[in-house]
Amino acid sequence: MKLTKDQVKKVARLANLPLTSDEEDLPEGEAGKYSEQLSRVLEYIDQLNQVDTTGVEPTFNVSGESNIMREDTTVASLSQEEALSNAPQKKEGMFVTKGVFEE
Amino acid sequence: MTGKRTMNNYEPVIGLEVHVELNTKSKMFCRCSADYFGKEPNTHTCPVCLGLPGALPYINQSAIEDCIKIGLALNCSVSPISRFERKNYFYPDLSKGYQISQYRWPLCINGQLTLDNGQVIRINRVHQEEDTGKLFHQEGQTLIDFNRSGVPLVEIVTEPDFRDVEAVRDYAKKLQQLFRYLGVSNADMERGDMRLEANVSVRKVKSQKSKVKNTSQNLKVEEELPPYRVELKNINSFRFMVAAIEYEIKRQIEALEKGEKLSQETRGWNGDKKCTYVQRSKEEAHDYRYFPEPDLPELRIEESRVKSLESSMPELPWSKNKRFEEEFKLSTAQAKILTETEELADYFEGLVELGGKEGIDAVKIANYVINQKIGAGTSVEEVLGKIKAKGEGVIGDERELEKLAQEAISENEKAVADYKSGKEAALQVLIGGVMRLSKGKADTSKLKPILEKLLKVVT
Repeated sequence: MKLTKDQVKKVARLANLPLTSDEEDLPEGEAGKYSEQLSRVLEYIDQLNQVDTTGVEPTFNVSGESNIMREDTTVASLSQEEALSNAPQKKEGMFVTKGVFEE
Repeated sequence: MTGKRTMNNYEPVIGLEVHVELNTKSKMFCRCSADYFGKEPNTHTCPVCLGLPGALPYINQSAIEDCIKIGLALNCSVSPISRFERKNYFYPDLSKGYQISQYRWPLCINGQLTLDNGQVIRINRVHQEEDTGKLFHQEGQTLIDFNRSGVPLVEIVTEPDFRDVEAVRDYAKKLQQLFRYLGVSNADMERGDMRLEANVSVRKVKSQKSKVKNTSQNLKVEEELPPYRVELKNINSFRFMVAAIEYEIKRQIEALEKGEKLSQETRGWNGDKKCTYVQRSKEEAHDYRYFPEPDLPELRIEESRVKSLESSMPELPWSKNKRFEEEFKLSTAQAKILTETEELADYFEGLVELGGKEGIDAVKIANYVINQKIGAGTSVEEVLGKIKAKGEGVIGDERELEKLAQEAISENEKAVADYKSGKEAALQVLIGGVMRLSKGKADTSKLKPILEKLLKVVT
């Protein structure tokens, strides 16, 4: 299963991955590094389609459990300092990230 | 009705998505406090709601029950098997890179709500999800507060059944009232407890006949939906919602009249400029790649649990409304006002019960409460007294009232004995006695102190 350049671009955007310019600028039809790698992954996974799963229910959860719920009670949260301890940048008690355009 | 005016033979096609934040104590999937409003930023978080690697969600049972109650109130069927899914997208308000939501197996499906105009709005689904963090945009940077992240959120989605703005307003108000009756949310729009999103498009009306049919009845005749729809977001008041939808209908009709092609897009409402603006176009349309949340086992909702939840629900506003009309012979408008909040409805019923003993008619009480804008906290005796006083020949003279009270006391030995033994309620019997003796003309607001004074000296 070969992926087109547009498909690779779309997957990269959805995964929030930057593409190198040589991947972006390739002429249509020519596969870049990502296209080849991704296609190989898909081909590998595609082998699963050889198994006949007629009449087999899909597995959504391997625990076999259901209705695992808890009472609506609270426990102490992390302190602000603890919560922000891994943040590369913080300001006024908040995480800072590069500006998201809104309005 | 605003929507009935002719719009160059166009009619709007509107669907609504309502999000409501539940007022549970803890968050949806962790035990952090969900009471985040106005708190110091990032003081209500833990590895789960911060989306730290390895943290696992744990379902809050109260939230699930609230979601089912909302679904039941909206005549939905509760799914015997329900599953959570991951809705994947990148945005800084979402720390995990996905929101735990429901897609293919929502908790409640196929409901309906009847509006004041008689139209039945079909509810597609009522599902459970989690709220996101809050973003603050500041000088080219975005600051994030995750206190809200993971707060239980219920989403209610209608079919595109609305044909006029007034119906949308009525629906949204009814939902807000429902959330408050059920006690599942404060549903305060300004605080963001309740958020509205409208999907708006317009189409040519095929014939005058079909239009009338569509606006006044449930959609029996399925007509083709327009090939696009505009999603209106960030609406935080009923007024803005109406303004945004009205603006959008006008804008779309004008565009179509000019021969323009409308496309799928998301627009926001600018309250200052009173217009909608593009937030996201079709090219950036979402592709969420939903898949079942592997960290959460499925929910199996037993019929018995549904029954017990149903029996724990209060009388719903629309049922109460109807009962008030029938039981108290109120007009639809009166019943609507008096059932607006459960508190006022209960207060009114209290007045009617007591007033009934004194021969005061429920309609009279309704008129007085509505005209004088009586709040649920006002003393019942005082209100009934004033209603009486409005009547003819009210006996307000204290000496005359004392005489009547004395007579009532000597006629009602049992009530006096009850009162003496500490049964405060026995006073009502004596008040009733005075009312009978005075043929309903005694000023009840003055009776209580007089009776109390006289009873002190009775041995």
